[in-house]
Amino acid sequence: MVIKIRFFAMLKGKIGREEVNLTVPANISLDKLKDILKNEFPAIAEFIDRRNIMISVNQEFADKNIIIKDGDEVALLPPFSGG
Amino acid sequence: MDLVKIQKQDFSVTEEIEQVKALSKNIGGVVVFLGTARAISKGEEIVSLNFEHYPGMAEKKLKEIRDTALKNFNIIEMGIVHRIGTISIGENIVLIVAAAQHRNDAFMACEWAITELKRIAPIWKRETTKKGEVWVEEHP
Repeated sequence: MVIKIRFFAMLKGKIGREEVNLTVPANISLDKLKDILKNEFPAIAEFIDRRNIMISVNQEFADKNIIIKDGDEVALLPPFSGG
Repeated sequence: MDLVKIQKQDFSVTEEIEQVKALSKNIGGVVVFLGTARAISKGEEIVSLNFEHYPGMAEKKLKEIRDTALKNFNIIEMGIVHRIGTISIGENIVLIVAAAQHRNDAFMACEWAITELKRIAPIWKRETTKKGEVWVEEHP
C-alpha cells in the first residue's frame, strides 16, 4: 500500500522535501512504520524516536499502536512553537 | 464571519474584539491575549520570525481549543487568530479573545487557551538572527 509522509519545520529542512509517497506493507502499526522511516530517512533517524517528536495520522495525533491504512497521511511533527 | 483563523495578513485587535463582543449582549468582560514578535530571544537579537503551520490540522486544533473552552469554562464566546509567514519585530502574532458575563471566567479561559495552543497546535516558529536561522523547539 502507498501512504504519504509529511515533514514539517526542522525535519523538512533535514529531509529537503515536504512530502514523500512511500510503499509499505499493508496494515502495519505506527511502531513498525517508525522502523521503516528510520531506514528510509537516515537523515532524521535519530529524531524519530524522540519523545518530543509527535506523529499524526490523517491530521490527528496517533499513538504507536494505531494501524496505518492505504492512502493514510502520516506527519512527523517537531516540537510546536506557535503562539 | 470566522472566529478561528490562521492567516498571513496582520489583524486589527479592535476589530477582532468588536466581532466577538457583537455576538451577545450578555458579555460583561473581555480578556485578550496578544502575542507579539519581540526583538530578543535567549540573548540573541532577532531580525524576523517566520511561522509555518500544518494546513488543515492546525485549523482543526484551534477549533477544538475554542470548542473545549466554550464547554469547560463559563464563557460566552472565544475568538482565535494566528498569523503565519514572515513577521517583523513588533508585529502581532496571535490573538485570543475570551468573552464572558464576568471577568474571572474570561481570564481563566484565555489563559487556558493560549497554553493549550502552544501545546497542541501544529505551528512552528523559525527565528532569523544575525547568525542565521533556527527553528524554535520549546514553548515557554
